[in-house]
Amino acid sequence: MIDKNIDQLKRLKLRKNAEMRLKVYGILSISLALIMLATLMISIGLSGYSALQQAYVKLEINVDSKKVLDEKGGFSNQKALLVNWDGIVSNSFITNFPEITKRSEKRSLRALMSSNAGYELRQYFQKNPDDLDENITIWLSASDDFDQYMKGRFNTSVDEKDRRLSNQQLKWIDFLAMEKISKLKFNTSFFVNADSREPESAGILGAVVGSTLTLTITILFALPLAVMASVYLEYFAKPGRLTDFIEVNINNLAAIPSIVFGLLGLSVFLGFFGLPRSAPLVGGLCLGLMTIPTIIIASRASIRAVPPSIKDAALALGASRMQAALHHVLPLAAPGILTGTIIGMAQALGETAPLLMIGMVAFIIETPDSFTSAATAMPVQIFMWSDSAERAFYERSSLAILFLVGFLIIMNSLAVFLRRKFEKKW
Amino acid sequence: MSFSTLLLLIIAFSLCSFFFSSSSAFKKIKSATSRPSALPKHYGQYSLAWTLFPAFLLLIVFTIIGPIYVDNFFKQQIALTEASYDKAKIELILAMIKNISNGSISSDEPKILKLADEYSNYLSKIYLFRTLSVLLLSSILGIIISSNINILKNSRVKVETFYRFLFFVSAVIAIFTTLGIIASLLYESLRFFALYPFFDFLFGLHWAPNIAIRSDQVAAQGSFGMLPVLLGTILVALIAMIVALPIGLFSAIYLAEFASKRVRDIIKPTLEVLAGIPTVVYGYFAALTAAPFIRKIGMTLGLDVSSESALAAGAVMGIMIIPFISSLSDDIINSVPQSLRDGSLGLGATKAETTIKVVLPAAFPGLVGAFLLAVSRAIGETMIVVMAAGLSANLTINPLETVTTVTVQIVSLLTGDTEFDDIKTLSAFGLGLALFAFTLILNVIALVVSRRLSEQYD
Repeated sequence: MIDKNIDQLKRLKLRKNAEMRLKVYGILSISLALIMLATLMISIGLSGYSALQQAYVKLEINVDSKKVLDEKGGFSNQKALLVNWDGIVSNSFITNFPEITKRSEKRSLRALMSSNAGYELRQYFQKNPDDLDENITIWLSASDDFDQYMKGRFNTSVDEKDRRLSNQQLKWIDFLAMEKISKLKFNTSFFVNADSREPESAGILGAVVGSTLTLTITILFALPLAVMASVYLEYFAKPGRLTDFIEVNINNLAAIPSIVFGLLGLSVFLGFFGLPRSAPLVGGLCLGLMTIPTIIIASRASIRAVPPSIKDAALALGASRMQAALHHVLPLAAPGILTGTIIGMAQALGETAPLLMIGMVAFIIETPDSFTSAATAMPVQIFMWSDSAERAFYERSSLAILFLVGFLIIMNSLAVFLRRKFEKKW
Repeated sequence: MSFSTLLLLIIAFSLCSFFFSSSSAFKKIKSATSRPSALPKHYGQYSLAWTLFPAFLLLIVFTIIGPIYVDNFFKQQIALTEASYDKAKIELILAMIKNISNGSISSDEPKILKLADEYSNYLSKIYLFRTLSVLLLSSILGIIISSNINILKNSRVKVETFYRFLFFVSAVIAIFTTLGIIASLLYESLRFFALYPFFDFLFGLHWAPNIAIRSDQVAAQGSFGMLPVLLGTILVALIAMIVALPIGLFSAIYLAEFASKRVRDIIKPTLEVLAGIPTVVYGYFAALTAAPFIRKIGMTLGLDVSSESALAAGAVMGIMIIPFISSLSDDIINSVPQSLRDGSLGLGATKAETTIKVVLPAAFPGLVGAFLLAVSRAIGETMIVVMAAGLSANLTINPLETVTTVTVQIVSLLTGDTEFDDIKTLSAFGLGLALFAFTLILNVIALVVSRRLSEQYD
């Protein structure tokens, strides 16, 4: 009797241990997932925050107004084209090192300034023509390698021959930094420029505008269609083969890989309808087709959550089925539909693959200004930058990711907030 | 007039007809002796629909058909002027004509310049015709309908019937999207299989689309055997599932069966953040952080790890899929009726025993469905593998080597300037068809499994 009891106790202990183990596995898995999330965000944050700053060099410059102004005293673009802005910049830059006379040394010194610095100077005088003929001090971009070295991201342990900066150049940079002629300042060009070949003047504005245009098309296209389809399926569809088939199709479309929608866009919108390549219009339509099932599923769920008594009351008071649906049920289902739409839009905003298919992956310097002009989108920009050779593009990529993810988290928490706020228990 | 101006104009027209009709209906109702059949706004909506939709449809039809018609017309013209041209040459000249009439290039051949001139004339005539017909249709219908308002006719019923039709069409768009996907993939794939034998594509062991350098060289096509690509896809998806399945499933079990409500309320949305991160971010992480890290570990262990190893791409893809599995499984486990748990606990089983021996078997069909959906997602996932996996198709199952996947090949074949007649472009559609078929089958099996096998407990 006692033996048996001990035996049972042993078994009970084993069973309790098994329970502990299962719990531990669960906690371990959850913490692993959370650790991975944290690693992901921290590693990107660490590599991206430094792109908020950018190395600039202080230059003293005097430009003759006769070279750039026309007879009326206005800024002449034609004349400005003839001016050697890069020469002005490098001459002023070289004055910091009076001891340097050799041509080869001068060349490697010039390479420290951004090749876009001349363009920046021209832009400055275009905005402030009054500063012509005067001695001004102006901060212009340094080259991306300069920038990376100042941020301590330049690998100096490599053999000098394999480096993009020589020891001499590094010494010059140290000197400039010590004399406070070059400084890390807030990187405005990242926020006001579109893409560029030079990392120091590449920005996300073009991609942000492209994404906005694309998502505008997506929401205009997807939301009305999805809401009308869900009202039809919930209120007017007669149960039968056709309705079943529609439902199967919707569920299936929600699970199809996004790249397939890109193939559809490529062969139908570009190949058959002849719409322009790389256009936000086509991107928006592809993403719209992709988002419609998501919004339909959410809308149907929230329409179904409205108790039938509301519809019945409307019908009993003499409303038609359409009036009951549109005047009474749909307004009550609106918060749910809105939540579904936000989630669908967040999905569309982060989507890259279909946009690659329809050519929104092109290198575009201009900020897009219409639905049919060539554009790119935020995630595509991140993809292109992380594919580039220059180290300085990596940190820009990371910073762009931080912005994109931040925006997506805001969108998703807005959806959660709306759901909690308007959630009704009937 | 451009498409958007025309659209705005007919919208403005229809708004005018709406206000005009509803106010005239309102006046008529006021002075009428008999009861009206509908509210003034219904008469307004009725004439709005007539003013807007026929003209809108006409506009769409013109915009789509117009250029195609002009192109065909000019292809005939070109063929007439020079009988010796073959199809490709005609296409080339047409493209040239289009570019000249855009003003983006110029030519010194008088024949082509003349054609380009005719082309732009013709096109502007078509557009003028479009503008006139659309505006005419909209305004005539608007005037006729809004000046003939009969308040004894019930326009509400008509308007609602129209709405219903509109709603039906929106619902049917889902079918048309699927059909469009199948039709476009099939159409392009059939063109591919006309150039390249179907069975060589399906069972070929060698994938090298980029071998052809000149069109006249021997074996000019490159070779398009899908198996190595498919094997790479399966390898990456398998690694992803090995990472995601245990973590996702154990998280779901813990959240559903053991966690307190407070913990659940915090952990679940946090895990869903993982699901909301765009795949391009995972790709970035895989290519720039995970792959070098795995390579370094491999080197300290004395293993030769490729810098684009299947392991890095697969592991990061697994992280991406964790929340997908955990949140689906959590819902499925939660939907197992409480009475089953109570019964098991009442017979003296521990919580773990109940979970493993009662709840999980009951949830099994749903879990299999979720698992299959996750696999289909892993197979269709694009950005992670594009950024972290390689381009060369190796027939290997070694996770430390470079493999390529179906989606990587599609992207690499289709980005850049694509010609529709090129065999490489068409082969991408062949891969797309295979991908579509594969995921479709997985989705259908998932649906059938979770429907057929699940028992009704209540």
